[in-house]
Amino acid sequence: MIAEPLVEIENVHFAHGFGAHQVYEGLSLQIPKGKITAIMGPSGIGKTTLLRLIGGQLKPQQGTIKFTGQNIPTLSRSELYRVRKQMSMLFQSGALFTDMSVYDNVAFPLREHSQLTEELIETIVLLKLEAVGLRGARHMMPAELSGGMMRRAALARAIALDPELIMYDEPFAGQDPISMGVIVKLIKALNESLGLTSMIVTHDVEEVLSIADYAYIIAERKVVAQGTPAELQHSDEPLVQQFLNGQADGPVPFHFKGKSLAQDLFGETDA
Amino acid sequence: MESRNIQLAVGVFVILGILALSFLGLRAANSNAATQGETYKLYAKFDNIGGLKERSPVKVGGVVVGRVSAISLTGDYYEPLVEMTISAQYAEFSETTSVSILTSGLLGEQYIGLNPGFIDDTVVMLEDGDYIYDTKSALVLEDLIGQFLFSQGSD
Amino acid sequence: MLNAIAKLGKATLDTIAGAGAALLMLGKALIGVPQLRKSWPLLLQQIYAVGVLSLVIIVVSGLFIGMVLGLQGYTILVDFGAEQSLGPMVALSLLRELGPVVTALLFAGRAGSALTAEIGLMKATEQLSSLEMMAVDPLRRVVAPRFWAGFYSMPILAVIFSAVGIYGGYIVGVQWLGVDDGAFWSVMQANVDLYDDILNGIIKSVVFAFVVTWIALYKGYSCVPTSVGISRATTSTVVTASLAVLGLDFVLTALMFG
Repeated sequence: MIAEPLVEIENVHFAHGFGAHQVYEGLSLQIPKGKITAIMGPSGIGKTTLLRLIGGQLKPQQGTIKFTGQNIPTLSRSELYRVRKQMSMLFQSGALFTDMSVYDNVAFPLREHSQLTEELIETIVLLKLEAVGLRGARHMMPAELSGGMMRRAALARAIALDPELIMYDEPFAGQDPISMGVIVKLIKALNESLGLTSMIVTHDVEEVLSIADYAYIIAERKVVAQGTPAELQHSDEPLVQQFLNGQADGPVPFHFKGKSLAQDLFGETDA
Repeated sequence: MESRNIQLAVGVFVILGILALSFLGLRAANSNAATQGETYKLYAKFDNIGGLKERSPVKVGGVVVGRVSAISLTGDYYEPLVEMTISAQYAEFSETTSVSILTSGLLGEQYIGLNPGFIDDTVVMLEDGDYIYDTKSALVLEDLIGQFLFSQGSD
Repeated sequence: MLNAIAKLGKATLDTIAGAGAALLMLGKALIGVPQLRKSWPLLLQQIYAVGVLSLVIIVVSGLFIGMVLGLQGYTILVDFGAEQSLGPMVALSLLRELGPVVTALLFAGRAGSALTAEIGLMKATEQLSSLEMMAVDPLRRVVAPRFWAGFYSMPILAVIFSAVGIYGGYIVGVQWLGVDDGAFWSVMQANVDLYDDILNGIIKSVVFAFVVTWIALYKGYSCVPTSVGISRATTSTVVTASLAVLGLDFVLTALMFG
């Protein structure tokens, strides 16, 4: 890897509940500073879980997760809160506060974490809204916004405190082609103009590979392939090809694990 | 602007609560004039206190002057001892004052009736902690019936 | 048979774990230095949502319950020629029992369910997670002001309920059925005690406020963040809170007046 890593994940094991559902076994990856990194994989492999692990909302059973050199799972509550001010997350639903206007939503982290005057906050909020093209919608309530606008407003809120790292959880899911294009452009533009490190978790391969500098494919509880978009596209691994080209059956089976159809139908038990 | 309205509404809400509380305290409840402010204590021993309870009223001619504040047994023969808390407003009872346990109405609660004694130069006024010796116990229905039958039999 | 015992064991474990989690949630929400400048407006807003907006239902039900007490009490007492005791009957029923209890039940239905649904929805739409990722503790930011608002509002509502109820009894008893005006108030005053009756009623209400608000917040905070989960949590809030209020009422009554 070329750039120095901002986030380093080493040999992480994680299971929900009491080991009932193993999500990761020996997951290792690195997010290079100042770049856009894509994390791809089929649905249901715990991509959101990965973001929550980095954010410290979940703790792995084993392994280290380093953000700017600090191991997240071992941090105390107050240290964790301090570290979180340097990262922000764009949730799939946007997660705007429904009882506040767009303006107040974007101003929220500033009011919480800075001692700035209301005039300064107004300047910053308007600049951030301008960056996502929603300056005109500042008095609207989240319920009045379309899905794409909600995500952009949430993006303005996410960059309000000028974080080091911004994590996108499925930013393209459920968007029409135009707003998808807008968001792709925004992520790229923000990354360049603000010097952010971006991490995009998604299964929309085509969009994310058009802007990503580096990409990981996660399946079967660990990283199965990595490289620049060009490297991945020329990879001859069957699983990578299945994923990138969207074939129904392949190394990731079409059928969920279980008994064979014959067994289910004719009751041939294996016991 | 909006937050000002909320402040106003919450203010009105709190004022309503205070008004309701003062209505309850002043209009619905006895404001406890008889046992609030300055008080002093008097004691009396009875043979039988019947249904007297703590907080039962102490009345002079029907006017509440205090309340029963404690009931206990005292002495070698376990006599009921009643502690009365009397408002300091009514501090001029002489030592010839008598107390009796009375019943308000046929089925009512029992209370203590104070009969102020005469006053002249030879008697002393009762002070905090003094005992009243002239006491009449509560009437117990069974005793009454017994007395009635006894008096019938002796005719 | 064994299955049934195992189910009972699991239910017991779940209940204990739930109680522990609820205690932990409340502890985390309330312990710590509150930032007055920020939390004061939040508290006011929640008192408005929880208390002020419940005022209408409390006043209307208080008035009707007082009027019914006046009517029922009169028809019973008049047979014994004791209609002058209508005042204390209405006042004592309201101050000792109906005021705190009915207020708590109405509060659970109106404000409690709203709190659960609101927090559940904030959880489902990832607003709570999002707060956490913004380094703002959702327990302190969302749960704590709502808790205090419920805790302060309910006793005020209960006092208003009792006062309005007594007035309702007065309207029916005195204005309509002709109980003597003076006797109504004076017999009431002779029998209602400031400490025994009014203060104990308020203490009851404070306990109910604590329990109902706590249950509502915990049910919302711990709900399964789906539409079915939120609707279950809301129902569960009303049921659990109502049962807790009625059960606690018995215990408190036994302790206070028993």
